[in-house]
Amino acid sequence: MSGHPSTYEPKTGFTKWLDSRLPVVRLAYDSFVDFPTPKNLNYWYTFGGILAVCLMTQILTGVVLAMHYTPTVDGAFASVERIMRDVPYGWLIRYIHANGASMFFLAVYIHMFRGLYYGSYKAPREILWILGCVIYLLMMGTAFLGYVLPWGQMSYHGTNVITGLIGALPVVGESIQTWLMGGPSIGNQTLQRFFSLHYLLPFMIAGVVILHIWALHVPGNNNPTGVEARKDPEGLKKDTVPFHPYYTVKDAFAIVVFLIIFATFVFYLPNVLGHADNYIEADPLVTPAHIVPEWYLLPFYAILRAITFDIGPIDAKLLGVIFMFGSIAILFVLPWLDTSKVKSMRYRPVARQFFFGFVVACLLLGWCGASNPDDPIIPMGSDKLVVSYTDANGNEATQTYDEYDPAASFRDQKIDEGVDASIAVQKAPAFRFVHLAQILTLYYFAYFLVILPLLGLREKPKDEPTSIHKAVLGNDRAAPAPAE
Amino acid sequence: MKFLRFISAGLGAAAIAASAHAAGGAKHAHEPEGGWEFDGPLGELDMESVQRGYQVYREVCASCHSMRLLHYRNLGEPGGPFYDPEYPNANNNPLVKSFAAQDEILSTEPNDVGDYEYRPARTSDPFKSPYPNDAAARAANAGALPPDLSVITKARHGGASYIYSLMSGYPEEAAMSTETIEVPAEPEPAAEGEDGETADAETAETTGESEPEMVEQQQTVIDVASMEVFSHGDSHYEGELIQPLGQYYNPYFAGDTSPQWQGDPRHNPPGGFLAMPPQLTDGRVSYMDGTEATVDQMARDVAAFLQWAGEPKQTQRKSTGFAAIIYLAILAVLLWFSFHRIWRKVDH
Repeated sequence: MSGHPSTYEPKTGFTKWLDSRLPVVRLAYDSFVDFPTPKNLNYWYTFGGILAVCLMTQILTGVVLAMHYTPTVDGAFASVERIMRDVPYGWLIRYIHANGASMFFLAVYIHMFRGLYYGSYKAPREILWILGCVIYLLMMGTAFLGYVLPWGQMSYHGTNVITGLIGALPVVGESIQTWLMGGPSIGNQTLQRFFSLHYLLPFMIAGVVILHIWALHVPGNNNPTGVEARKDPEGLKKDTVPFHPYYTVKDAFAIVVFLIIFATFVFYLPNVLGHADNYIEADPLVTPAHIVPEWYLLPFYAILRAITFDIGPIDAKLLGVIFMFGSIAILFVLPWLDTSKVKSMRYRPVARQFFFGFVVACLLLGWCGASNPDDPIIPMGSDKLVVSYTDANGNEATQTYDEYDPAASFRDQKIDEGVDASIAVQKAPAFRFVHLAQILTLYYFAYFLVILPLLGLREKPKDEPTSIHKAVLGNDRAAPAPAE
Repeated sequence: MKFLRFISAGLGAAAIAASAHAAGGAKHAHEPEGGWEFDGPLGELDMESVQRGYQVYREVCASCHSMRLLHYRNLGEPGGPFYDPEYPNANNNPLVKSFAAQDEILSTEPNDVGDYEYRPARTSDPFKSPYPNDAAARAANAGALPPDLSVITKARHGGASYIYSLMSGYPEEAAMSTETIEVPAEPEPAAEGEDGETADAETAETTGESEPEMVEQQQTVIDVASMEVFSHGDSHYEGELIQPLGQYYNPYFAGDTSPQWQGDPRHNPPGGFLAMPPQLTDGRVSYMDGTEATVDQMARDVAAFLQWAGEPKQTQRKSTGFAAIIYLAILAVLLWFSFHRIWRKVDH
């Protein structure tokens, strides 16, 4: 925390010599040993450490995988299976890497929702939040690039959809699309550049993570009360504990519990989070029945497909792309959209309800993204049968039936009369996934653009505790912590 | 709040369940009676079944389906069906050597005079493929490409249960009947001359002018409602399914039956048509170990073999996982106590 004096004292001759030249040990000591951390952080705050473990795991396993992987359209699929079969413990390394991506996103979503709930994006932590959004964006890019590498059916056709979206952008879209693919279509050159970039981006993430931690260590951690730790030495001592050993041990416990969940997927459900079609080698001529992205991108896919209407001169496809990218872009300006001075939603009972609504909306959007948009959720009435035939005057005519038998006998009767007749199904009106996705998309944007700006001006928050110390002792705790 | 959290948990579960069933269209694959030996965290492959399954693959499937990612040596490696502790190096395993030697393959290296010649396969070779390339495979199978079976259990929803259900799920003889219909005779294929376009146009002209010649053709009609797999439960498919020529109905195959369905179009049966005719008939193979080769037994064995082939290291994966999770659980308990000891004097 800025202003906190360094307490590092080099003991040996070498560390004294080093400290006066490159105080790297001092930096590490002040950042991860004696760093004053609010003493009321709950388990939702352990996901930062968990994410650091995820990133290191992905980089380590990824470097080993790259030693055995062949980035060519003819060799990629077989080389991945060779890793699974012939590389010692290759199956373990690959399953950790593939499931690690899912675990990384699971952790980052919890980390982000935690930030949203406790107002961790508000002053003085706006840069910290924005850097987090940059990391999230880089993560999505890396995950998308990585999903292409096994060169399965979903790899190929998923890339086709995503690069097609970029191509929908006006003026520059098509040039960017061609530049990304390295040519007019997806081919060997695409796979090779995606492999190269997939190796590059994680190191960019690591760089931004360093900035993220730096930006965290200037104002210090937020905490579940949203009340800043006091700056005076006595208050600071009461409100905080040194990071080590207090939070190293708490984070370590949480990390190991997280690793147990991780291991359950790696060892017992290694393919459950992936799509079976990606074990079919990519074939440009055969399009899978349903192209779906990985689970962690489903909410954005649902937003993309929810836009089925044009607005003015902008057609539905471009509008869908704008909304999808907008749903991420909006996170970057969130610190200035939320007008409330109170950080933690513990003390914002109304905002809290809207927040949980937002979480539910995100989960439901994921459900919509996984489903066929035209499938009914709530059918209204039942499907009817329509017999189309040519009547005596030579005009097209139809007759509607509920039951099959009378419809069939009517059709057969018409055919016997020498008239063309056929039966078709008339779908009953229904509340479909596309409708649900539209409502949820509306809520997603309203939460950021309407609810948070207006609510901050109008709501009456509860009284915040005067300090972290008091909140911990329970003297003036305003509400039970919902997240513990 | 509790209510909201309850809802969100439920919805999360529903979202996962929904995405798992996104495939649709086909009847849900089911496991054989008694379940799979390899199911569950401690389940292991029944190696005798995998061995029999290899025999079914060799004698039945291998005539059309390749398994390019498998090598003969894999059969004798630890976790493989013919692993023998006496031969830790699978390349020395006499059984594996004899399996390899029974297949003639085109050598990948040229001989002394630069020709590629046929030779018996070695243990280090990949399984012999029935066709030299995909085009040859299509040409031999009326345009349909028999999929490579190396990772088929990972590439289909339902895995081994899908293979088992598909292989044993074709309609029974009793549910099928044939009827004779008259169809227009196929025009003679236009000779591929230098001027292809003119030839096409001429054909179109001749068929357009004269009344098409009618020929008799047998077509297979399936009474879906009487099929064994639909006799249970509340599914009712009153109507007939007309099997297209050279295609075979299977309720477990992902496809669309609606164009061939004569009945209520709102209730067309699940499944689709595939180019592979029913392969397994009682006694199709004679098992070396004397097991009776019923359709159910062969379907089960070949599914177990493909389950092994899809991931030869699966047993090792499960046992490693067991140790890893126990280790992590003990570590978690120790850290939990450390955490409480370190924080015992701090209110938080």
